[in-house]
Amino acid sequence: MLYKLGTLFLRPGTKYVLLALAIVFPLIAKNEYQVYVMATAFIWAIAVYGLNIITGYCGQLNLAHGGFFAIGSYALGLLTADYGWNFWPAFLAAILLSAFLGFLVGAVSLRLKEHYFAIFTLCVGFIIYLLLDKWEELTHGPIGVRDIAAPHGFGLVDFTDTTPFYYLVLVFLVLAIWFIGRLSRSLMGRTFIAIRNGDELAESLGINLMRNKVLAFILSTTYAGLAGALYAGMIRFIGPEEANINHTFDIITYLLVGGIGTISGPLVGTLGIVWITQSLQFLEEYRMIIFGPLLVVLVIFFPRGLVGSFLTWMHRKSQELGPAKKRKASKVTPSATREAENNA
Amino acid sequence: MLSIEHLTKMFGGLAAVNDVSVHFEAHKINAIIGPNGAGKSTFFNLVSGMHQPTSGKILFDGVDITTMRCDHVAKLGVGRTFQTTNLFEQATVLDNLIVGHRLRTRSGLWDVLINSRRLQAEEKECREKAREALDFVGLSHVENQFIADITQEERKRVAFALALATEPKIVLLDEPAAGVNPEETEGLAELMKKMVKTGLTVCLIEHKMDMIMGIADKIMVLDHGEKIAEGTPEQVKSNPVVIEAYLGSDEDAAA
Ligand SMILES: Nc1ncnc2c1ncn2[C@@H]1O[C@H](COP(=O)(O)OP(=O)(O)OP(=O)(O)O)[C@@H](O)[C@H]1O
Ligand SMILES: [Mg+2]
Repeated sequence: MLYKLGTLFLRPGTKYVLLALAIVFPLIAKNEYQVYVMATAFIWAIAVYGLNIITGYCGQLNLAHGGFFAIGSYALGLLTADYGWNFWPAFLAAILLSAFLGFLVGAVSLRLKEHYFAIFTLCVGFIIYLLLDKWEELTHGPIGVRDIAAPHGFGLVDFTDTTPFYYLVLVFLVLAIWFIGRLSRSLMGRTFIAIRNGDELAESLGINLMRNKVLAFILSTTYAGLAGALYAGMIRFIGPEEANINHTFDIITYLLVGGIGTISGPLVGTLGIVWITQSLQFLEEYRMIIFGPLLVVLVIFFPRGLVGSFLTWMHRKSQELGPAKKRKASKVTPSATREAENNA
Repeated sequence: MLSIEHLTKMFGGLAAVNDVSVHFEAHKINAIIGPNGAGKSTFFNLVSGMHQPTSGKILFDGVDITTMRCDHVAKLGVGRTFQTTNLFEQATVLDNLIVGHRLRTRSGLWDVLINSRRLQAEEKECREKAREALDFVGLSHVENQFIADITQEERKRVAFALALATEPKIVLLDEPAAGVNPEETEGLAELMKKMVKTGLTVCLIEHKMDMIMGIADKIMVLDHGEKIAEGTPEQVKSNPVVIEAYLGSDEDAAA
């Protein structure tokens, strides 16, 4: 029965199985390129998790997300290439800078509601792009930044190799997911969700809208900056195109497909699309002919994404099974509902 | 409990609430009636701090809350429901209610990061409060159902429960019985009486006259933003100005 199969995914142990798979992946991958693609996908997934905080949980569509990703990349790139910083201090500085700029942008833009906020952040994203492209003294303009330092391995590992870098990214991805898991289950996550359901109701429940929205925004730009810094440390050559709005749209697509406002959605969406795109590479530009309609169908029939729709379906099933069976399957159902809660 | 003095709210040139003064007593059911667009919801928005009044004064329990922000007013003990309640449809009833008690908790980002004792205690407290509120409105049996799967009347009760979870002293209910059948309306009326019995003050907007006349201790009638009458149901029912306003508005509606 499909439902039984579904409960397997809701088992608490599932995440350890997935983690084990991720750990052995470089050993079973056909070639180094696959490991490289997976590491890139993980980096994007971190960025998608960031967008999930402000847009998925808190309900504010932030179109500057790619811009903050680029800020993380550039901060790391410029500090290491131009100012001779070591990787790790620069890495920390890049994350802090993304958080701080997130605070500034959030405190202004979140005074606007709904589509006004979206349009404002669209402009912010574009301004970031323009700054990176035009402020040549600082950013080298269209030439971009070269010779970015790779993560310092303290003489133990060489992060210029793909596989060690893959593990480094994996560590950050696990931390990122761990925190989101904790956040979304906590009162703070519930506060964000209440804001998503509606400003007015949230406010009437005594929730300080501005403070919570700005906090969600800072968290999301921190994630974006972290992902951007990792990206710069891996590619080690970046240009203003990192702030291209297309990146933001990619991130949004990953989130929508996987399941907005869910814990596993960003990972499912990012990995799914990255690998499908990879396998359709032979079609070159034409792959969009397959991909576009697929996306439309998905958004129409699964508005909550793959994970969201799956959880809803599982919940319905567990309710249908009724109290008698529920007691029998008591090992499964509470964990199923708990997971649904977690993914709320 | 709630004293309003010369309250006015202008939307551009329109006086949605115009020089309204009224006093609502504690532990009573107070009702606000009036034709569509009379300014009833706006009145609630002013009291709850959602809108800032153009002029006038609002005193709640002796505290001046006229210019206070909505979330502060809520913390002082003003709970409310809306004409339409947007909840998280794909989450359970209980999950939707837990956040109701958030305003009485203090956990921040750091607590989340380290999963502090305080956070755990507060989450437990919020969950208990949500269950308590759910039990109060008689919905314990739908605790684990998705909001999307419950009836219209149950939604109304969930909205009540959410307001109750904030531990209010007064609840402002905006058309709580709209869109439910007469039998269910009766049930909701009972629920309001029960709220008052447990020490709450109720203030409600309603179009259903039978219900209002049956349960209200005091009625205020608004028309075009102005208070045209107030008093007991008997006084209001026999007030010629009120009859005029309602007949007038009926004609408007017919035209
Ligand atoms: N935010 C707003 N901006 C501008 N005008 C508003 C706003 N809110 C309400 N109004 C206007 O104020 C008047 C009173 O509206 P209100 O919603 O208070 O009426 P009501 O008595 O609750 O009516 P109903 O019985 O239909 O709910 C209406 O003319 C409405 O158009
Ligand atoms: Mg109204």
